[in-house]
Amino acid sequence: MSEDDVRFEGDGVVYDPLPRPRTEPLVWVRGRVTWVGDGQVRIDGHLPFHHVVGWPDADEGLLGRWVEVRLSPSASAVERVVHAPPLAPFPKTGGDWLALQRDERAVIRRLEARAKGLATIRRELSRQQFLEVETPLAVPSPGLDVHLAAFDVHGMRAPRWLITSPEYQMKRLLAGGLPRVFQLARCFRKDERGDRHEPEFTMLEWYRAFEGSDALMRDTEEIVAALASALRGTTTLSIDALGTRSEGTDLVPPWDRVSVDEALRLHAGTSLAEILPDEERFFFVWSHEVEPKLGFERPVFVVDWPASMASLARLHPDRPAFADRFEAYVCGVEICNGFGELIDPIEQRARLVRDQEERRARGLPVYPLDERFLGALEEGLPPCAGNAMGVDRVLALVLGAASVADVMAFGSDRL
Amino acid sequence: MYEMSDIRKNLKVVLDGAPYTVVEFQFVKPGKGQAFTRTRVRNLLTGNVVERTFKSNESLEKADVEERQYSFSYKEGDSYVFMETKTFEQLHISAQQLGDAVNFMQDGMLVDVLFWNEKPIGVTPPTFVELKVIETEPGFKGDTSTNTLKPAKMDTGATVMVPLFINEGEVLKVDTRTGEYVERIRTK
Repeated sequence: MSEDDVRFEGDGVVYDPLPRPRTEPLVWVRGRVTWVGDGQVRIDGHLPFHHVVGWPDADEGLLGRWVEVRLSPSASAVERVVHAPPLAPFPKTGGDWLALQRDERAVIRRLEARAKGLATIRRELSRQQFLEVETPLAVPSPGLDVHLAAFDVHGMRAPRWLITSPEYQMKRLLAGGLPRVFQLARCFRKDERGDRHEPEFTMLEWYRAFEGSDALMRDTEEIVAALASALRGTTTLSIDALGTRSEGTDLVPPWDRVSVDEALRLHAGTSLAEILPDEERFFFVWSHEVEPKLGFERPVFVVDWPASMASLARLHPDRPAFADRFEAYVCGVEICNGFGELIDPIEQRARLVRDQEERRARGLPVYPLDERFLGALEEGLPPCAGNAMGVDRVLALVLGAASVADVMAFGSDRL
Repeated sequence: MYEMSDIRKNLKVVLDGAPYTVVEFQFVKPGKGQAFTRTRVRNLLTGNVVERTFKSNESLEKADVEERQYSFSYKEGDSYVFMETKTFEQLHISAQQLGDAVNFMQDGMLVDVLFWNEKPIGVTPPTFVELKVIETEPGFKGDTSTNTLKPAKMDTGATVMVPLFINEGEVLKVDTRTGEYVERIRTK
């Protein structure tokens, strides 16, 4: 072998900022460094942590530090060049090194899988001529849904809130002439914290002009199946995540469909007509009895939501008692909420004003109407459908994470 | 008062006038719908675990509970006398209040006493205790299987199911949470 070629072994960490080979390479290492001979350098002590980590003849303060060394193949020697000053013991309890490296680098492997998942989503949507966009996170109205609470943003020239979803701005792009757009948006929802919720999370939101809910449901099926193939190498997923499990959920399209009424009859022994006057009871029964049973053998789309829960969906053209809205459930976990979008500006304004009144009556903050959003509808939003998918939830289900925070670099409790 | 966003495991709250500890909680929110916090809570007086669901606008009363360390001094009639390890203050607890812990009391044993509104409501002995066998059927030498068990009476009054090879006079490690035999302690 050539003299200027240095190879590394051992479980230590080497970071080589320059391309090799070269004669006297400078590298950063973390671990015990020994010259094995024959151009070979051993670096030990990366894992496990009870190993003594550091320079063989170093003072205690150097243990575990990143150390820059000069490797000299001609002299078969290593030489310490400089080191970062130690400020805390290594590894530090509660520190980031332990948090990211523990359980055989589980966090790092999940972050790598997450990056691959995001790339898969972009590839799937770009393939169909969707344009990726980024819209502002601090907006003049965060949406008026009575069940969502937004964070105030201070210090801007006008009142602003963090988005709970990028819906208004994406529809403005549709009105402006973009027929297919998608966004991987950070969204923020106050007071939502649990295994399946984080106050800050990533939403995939996408819209198709001149198409309806069916096309969006097909997209959803394909994206989730593509994620499972890319990250787990299969479309039959055994799931143990987010407090739920299944032996094998078959993700191959098409998924099942069930109406809200059917789901209530099947899983809760009641019906929409019976329960609906009491909306609070509906939500209780839905979240406690129905949701946990949906989508185990195959994912299921829940369709035909009552018109009173239309949100920003249009009403079914031929059945106005129902909203053109769908949600998908995988293994008892809701992963998305999509609409055949409401494009009527008069009806939209009426609904938003009604939501404002409801918020006022409940003592909730009353956010302003977004006049530019309403203006886009007045100017002409094309008939369209859109869907919003919780990316962290889907990744958690595919990767077997106990909570959505486990597929993020830092959950809110690590900040 | 605790808001729903304050809910954590081991939080001590008052429900229906009794102190509870949160064993498990889950934030539940249907898409575009009302949020609930679904919990499993344990009654600190009875030990019963129940499920309770709260709406997001509900709040919970904080339970004034506190745990302090005591050592067991002596038994006086039906009452057990403990001493606070820092202040040496004495505390009388009845056998009934002690519950299962009554079977494991040894002189000088350190226990955690749980107080609610300054009244003792529970005593937690150490997880593992070493007890001496004072009465059991003679052991079968050579039968080292731990599958077949027999009852043995211990010096603290507890009856523990032990393997057949255990003899009177031997010292055993016992798990106070389950009252089960763990292992034989080699006599030094």
